[in-house]
Amino acid sequence: MTSVKIDGVSKQFQGGTVALQDIDLEIEQGEFISFIGPSGCGKSTLLRIVGDLIEPTAGSVTVNGKSARQARRDHDYGIVFQDAVLYDWRTVSKNIALPLELAGWDRERRAKRVAEMLELVELHGFGEHYPWQLSGGMQQRVSIARALSFDPALLLMDEPFGALDEMTRERLNAELLRIWDASGSTVVFVTHSIAEAVFLSTRVVVMSARPGRVSRVIPIELPQPRTAATREDPRFFELATEVREALHMGGSIEEKVVA
Amino acid sequence: MTVAMTKRAREWFPALVVLVAGIAIWEGVVKGLDIQRFLLPAPSTIWTSFSDNQGQLWHEGWFTFQEALGGFAIGCTAGAVFAVIVARWTLLGTAFLPYAIAANAIPIIAFAPITNAWFDPLTKTSKMVIAAVLCFFPVFVNVVRGLRSVKPSQIELMRSYDAGEFTVFRLVRVPTALPYLFTALRVASVLAMIGAIVGEYYGGSLDALGANIQQDAALFQFEKAWAEIVIACLFGIGFYLAVVLCERVVMRWQPPVEMVGA
Repeated sequence: MTSVKIDGVSKQFQGGTVALQDIDLEIEQGEFISFIGPSGCGKSTLLRIVGDLIEPTAGSVTVNGKSARQARRDHDYGIVFQDAVLYDWRTVSKNIALPLELAGWDRERRAKRVAEMLELVELHGFGEHYPWQLSGGMQQRVSIARALSFDPALLLMDEPFGALDEMTRERLNAELLRIWDASGSTVVFVTHSIAEAVFLSTRVVVMSARPGRVSRVIPIELPQPRTAATREDPRFFELATEVREALHMGGSIEEKVVA
Repeated sequence: MTVAMTKRAREWFPALVVLVAGIAIWEGVVKGLDIQRFLLPAPSTIWTSFSDNQGQLWHEGWFTFQEALGGFAIGCTAGAVFAVIVARWTLLGTAFLPYAIAANAIPIIAFAPITNAWFDPLTKTSKMVIAAVLCFFPVFVNVVRGLRSVKPSQIELMRSYDAGEFTVFRLVRVPTALPYLFTALRVASVLAMIGAIVGEYYGGSLDALGANIQQDAALFQFEKAWAEIVIACLFGIGFYLAVVLCERVVMRWQPPVEMVGA
């Protein structure tokens, strides 16, 4: 089943900057897709268009067979940003329960769900803490728990681990894969890191800048589940090199083709 | 004594030493240099006057405090309500905000004699009005700022949940604005006392603190005037601390701040 269908999407910002040009992409249910590319290639913009937080200038997006707008209204996706975006005045539990509150779940059902989510992101016992009492990595885990609390079929992540140190990032990568495996959701993940993209994804979408385009889609055929050993697999290095070359060639590939 | 209490006592100790030493030096200088009592009475004479007139002093203080509190309630409520309106309708904001910010920078207290002319100076109303006007502007300006200082990502997240404008207001804008509101309320509590007392200098009921300070000074009863100033300070500090206490109770989510130096 198709989870996300991006059909001829272009985005031109006020002032004329073309952020995205003619993007076509189909994402199957259960896939883990990464968008990678230089700054200004529009990868975050594309993610926001999928989430109906930005409107495309041309083209359309379908999520679970409906328009992106309808999908947003139906709470079909959860989103995680680079900054954890926790509400300082809410405890960890109440932050996780926020989407459930807005969806009208009753108190008992919310409490039960929050307890499950705290277990899932290994924050058991931190429910009554306030965000300032947590480290950056823990805050981001709360943010992931919140995005998954209402069991969305699609998880959108905009450089969620970009602000964290390397060790925390690797640990959260592994944790994210475990959660992805358990939930069966589709994940669309924006990143700057080649290693992260290759380690996590089933396919890596390499983008180029000015205007933002998809320059290559690279399937990552590494065995599942991915573990620490995956990072040392020779195949991992080959794929990382392939992504790196695709990134560096960027737009020049097309010029060669035209010539 | 618990560890926490010992720690707290140690934090407060230097401040306490300064207070005691300050009073002692004051007493010594006044007695030693034989300073005239209309210039500066000694703390001991102020204390004598204070205990002799206690009943009357507390009555005057309470009277003035009621004016300040009334003005505070009216001014702060109006300030917050207007702030919500202005933050919601941006056009109104661009029209009114520059004047509000300008008004925040002018000495509104200069209008005190005028409000006495507009309202009966012997009633509490005339003082409440000046106190209310003083409180209005800082609350208005700060709350507008608070309501607008929401992080865009926090709004974006609410949009992803398809939350309406009112929900965003209730769940995001109001809590974001609370620290700004309380900063303004602290300032307003001080301004309200100033407004009430200065208003009374320009004529007020003889139950009022300001009218008595003014009269006692004119009649060379300086010890009593000073005792009345002490009462004004006590009510002022009490008012301020009450606001701080409310702040702590309402915003329990904030990290604890050190009392000394806060």
